[in-house]
Order: sequence, then structure tokens, then C-alpha cells
Amino acid sequence: MAQLTCQNLTLKYDGKPIVEDLNFTIHAGDYLCIVGENGSGKSTLMKTLLGLHREYNGVMETGDGLKANEIGYLPQQTIVQKDFPASVKEIVLSGCQGRCGWRPFYTKEEKQLAMKNMERMGILALENRCYRELSGGQMQRVLLARALCATQKLLLLDEPVSGLDPKVTAEMYQLIQRLNREDKITIVMVSHDIAAAVRYASHILHIGEWVFFGTKQEYINSSVYRGFNKTEGSNNLAEKTEEQAAGRKDVRE
Amino acid sequence: MSEMITIIVGYLQYPFVRYALIVGVLIALCSSLLGVTLVLKRFSFIGDGLSHVAFGAIAIASVLNLSNEMIFVLPATVFCAILLLRTGKNTKIQGDAAIAMISVGALAVGYLLMHLFSTSSNLSGDVCSTLFGSTSILTLTQGEVWLCTILSVIVAGMFLLFYHKIFAVTFDEDFAKASGTNAGAYNLLIAVIIAVIIVLAMNLVGSLLISALVIFPALSAMRVFQSFRSVTICSAILSVCCALIGMLVSIVAGTPVGSTIVAVDIVAFLVFCLVGNIKYHVTFRG
Ligand SMILES: Nc1ncnc2c1ncn2[C@@H]1O[C@H](COP(=O)(O)OP(=O)(O)OP(=O)(O)O)[C@@H](O)[C@H]1O
Ligand SMILES: [Mg+2]
Repeated sequence: MAQLTCQNLTLKYDGKPIVEDLNFTIHAGDYLCIVGENGSGKSTLMKTLLGLHREYNGVMETGDGLKANEIGYLPQQTIVQKDFPASVKEIVLSGCQGRCGWRPFYTKEEKQLAMKNMERMGILALENRCYRELSGGQMQRVLLARALCATQKLLLLDEPVSGLDPKVTAEMYQLIQRLNREDKITIVMVSHDIAAAVRYASHILHIGEWVFFGTKQEYINSSVYRGFNKTEGSNNLAEKTEEQAAGRKDVRE
Repeated sequence: MSEMITIIVGYLQYPFVRYALIVGVLIALCSSLLGVTLVLKRFSFIGDGLSHVAFGAIAIASVLNLSNEMIFVLPATVFCAILLLRTGKNTKIQGDAAIAMISVGALAVGYLLMHLFSTSSNLSGDVCSTLFGSTSILTLTQGEVWLCTILSVIVAGMFLLFYHKIFAVTFDEDFAKASGTNAGAYNLLIAVIIAVIIVLAMNLVGSLLISALVIFPALSAMRVFQSFRSVTICSAILSVCCALIGMLVSIVAGTPVGSTIVAVDIVAFLVFCLVGNIKYHVTFRG
């Protein structure tokens, strides 16, 4: 039984289709990377999977007993206001909110869980620091710890490594891989880093002009992958430099 | 100094002064609680908007000759609060534009109605006291004091019970929704609570100065403190202190209650700015 099945999924904004006819399934333990150009609808797809964006046609089913409050989410950008006074601990703990239902306060187990996830992300020392004073990478870890508090099963990550330096990027990928392998958490990740996607993921969903869904091996052999590589090499300078900055060159060689 | 204390103790003999102090403290406490949330949701001006709505509602109530204005004013304000927080999410009409529309509209219609139908000989005095709060805090009946007390306790209780949920929804609404929190319901709750607070606070500072009561303590606390919990606690304490000092000063010096409280809030804000700056320099330069 699949955790998530999408059939003929068409995503729209104001009646205009953004992505059409997506078909894919996600099984427990999968590591799915969603790739595609800027504006191809990756973030919209994530929001649709989470129920934040409701304008779509087609079938989207959850299975495997997956409940809404068992999904963790790392947004692409949290437009947290500059002046928000919140400590790291408060934010990570708020990841447990979904479990609470109508219960007003956190239990001891939930507080321990928050601690454990902060430790996992290596931010235990920042516990009482103010979120707005952290660096981009530290913020990302805090949000990932929060997402981990929300889930044991499925983690949706929207460009988790954007804005991180190559070293931290590599660490982040490693971390996500550990979560997938050791803790058996299903990962759905949006990424522009095709090399890393091909390296870590088990399945790839490519959206945009071409739509592709399949295992990593199928993707590498497909014309979509070769085509994408070619356009990128020839005329998409912006994307290329971004990839280089993310330290992808060495991987490709 | 001891002279001042004698004067204050002398005033405390009067029940209406005691009522005013009790109600003032409760209102100050409640209005500061949601301040942080409103400032961060970019709804600083919702207090203004809603209080103008309440002003319009009072005008209608007095035209209809309702004996107890609260019965009409409270539901009308709650309704508008819900409306405002809803349109705030709609990207087609920006939150601030919607607030401006409703608040100015209600103010105009309210004044128009009062002008057309008012039986009072001192119309501008009436309007002025609704806008600036003037003396109504000193003329509270025992029934009104009880009503204020009960509503304040309910508001504070709700805030305590839903504190963590309000935090989650304020910090990151999308995440809260995605992880299974019913964000819509809590936004509704925030709207209702803020409407009740506005109607309560109109008695104290009048409808033009409510925003000050709601946002100043929160803004001051945010200068110095770093976590949501400490900011909330600090702004509650600060708000109560400022309201007490403001009321005592106004009783002794005979100044208008509302503006005096707001003036004390401003002073506190400046002090907190200073403390915040010093703290910043100590942590990062020293
Ligand atoms: N709120 C909105 N209203 C209307 N159209 C929108 C809205 N948000 C996004 N879009 C459109 O939907 C398309 C997909 O946007 P989306 O954010 O999903 O892209 P993306 O694949 O995540 O891009 P990126 O790689 O830059 O993150 C874009 O063409 C965008 O213009
Ligand atoms: Mg995106």
C-alpha cells in the first residue's frame, strides 16, 4: 500500500493550470526528489500534497494509515517577520502542535522529543537563542528539527539546502539520508541540485516542460535527464552558476 | 511624596475610584496579551479599526435607544473582527486597506447617525468622550464592573489555554496547517478575543487610543526580550504597571485617564528602547 498516490493531478492558480497530469506514487521508505525549473510548480505541488493549496483536479490519496498530523514540512521560505521574538526551543516544540489536538499544553514526552530532535540537528546549544539572530544554516536546522517533531513517517522538504554553504549542504544531505535510512522516514524533497538528487534519491519526479516519474536509474537513462543537462550547459547560465556555487561540479565529473 | 500617598489613599475611599482601578488593571492585562500576536501578524491597526466599528455600533445603539449598549456593540464588533481577519488572508484586498475602509467608514457613519438622531444637547462632548475615553471609567456601575471582570477573566483564560496554539499559528501558519493544526479556528478565536478586548478597552481609553494600549507594551517588551514567552509575560506586567501609574497620575493631577495611560506607555517604551540598546552593546561589543 502506498503512502501517497496521485493520479492525473493538475495544479492550478486562478483556474490556469500550472502542472498537468502528474502520476506518481510514494511508498513508505522512499526518497523522492522533485526537480524542475524555477516556476515549474514544485512548491505548489508540495503545498497541494499538504492540503495548503486546494485548487487542483485529479486524485490524491493517502494510504498506509498516514494522518495529516504525521507529516513534517520544511517550507521553501518562511517569511518570518524580522522582529519575531521566539527562542529556538519554542519553535522546535511548536512542531509537536499537530499531535496535541485540543490539548492545551505539551506533555513531557513531547518536550523530550523536541530535545532529542534538537540534539539530532546539533542545535542543542542554541536552545535559548533567539531565532532572528541565527544564521541561515542554523535557521534551516531549527526548522528541520521542528519538522521532525511533527512526523515519524513523511517529511516534505522544499529546497532544504538553498542558501547553505557547500559544507553545510553536504552535511544536510547526509542528515536527510540518515533520517531516510535509519529512521525509515519517507522523504519528499524539492531540489535544484540534480547531481545530489541523482546521488541520494531513490525516485525522481521531474516537472516542467517534460514530465517524468520513475526510479533514479530510469531517470538517468531517460532523455529528460540528458535534455535537461544539455539546456543547462548551453544557455541557462544562471542555473549553471547556481549549481556550481552549490558545489555540484565535482560530482558531475 | 507622603502628601501624594495621602491624596491617593483619600481617593481610594470612593468606590468608583476603586472600580476604575480594578477595571483598568484587568483591561490593561487583557489588551497586552494579544499585542505580540497582532504586531507580528501585521495587524497593529486592527485595534483602531475595530474600535471605530465599536464607535459606529454605539451610535446605532443610542439611536435605537438600547438600554444596554454592550448587547449590540459586542456582537457587531466581533462580527467585524472576523470579517477583517478573513479579508486579511485574501490577497486581493490587503489587510491594511480593508481595515482602513471599515474603520473610517464606521467612524463617519457613526458620527453622522449621532448628529442626525442624537437627543443630547452636548453632542461634541459625547463624541469626544467616546473617542478619548474621558471620564466614563470613573462612572462605572457595579454591574459594569462585574461584566468587565468576567469578560477579562474569560479572555485571559482563553489566552492561557490556547497559548501554544496561538504561538504556532502566529509564527508559521502554513506549517501549523500542514502539520494538522486547525489554523482557521484559532485565527477565528484570535479575532473574537481581540474584539472583546477592544469593546472592554473603549471604556478605559476611548476608541482613538486603543491601539496604543494593545501594541505599546508588546513593542516595548520586544525591545528587550527574545522569546515569545518572556515577551508575553513582560508586556502583561508592563501594561498593568503603566495603566496603574497612569490612572493614579490622572486622578491626582486631574488629567484625562486615557491619554495619561498612553503617555506612561510611551515613556516606558522609550526606557525599554534604551535598555534594549544597552543590552545589545553589552552582548555584542563588550
Ligand atoms: N499565489 C500565486 N498566485 C498565482 N500564481 C502563482 C502563485 N504562486 C505561484 N504561482 C505561479 O505558479 C507557478 C509555480 O510556482 P511554484 O512556486 O510552485 O514554482 P517552483 O517550482 O517552486 O519554483 P522555484 O524553483 O522558484 O521555487 C509559477 O509560474 C508562479 O508564477
Ligand atoms: Mg519553490
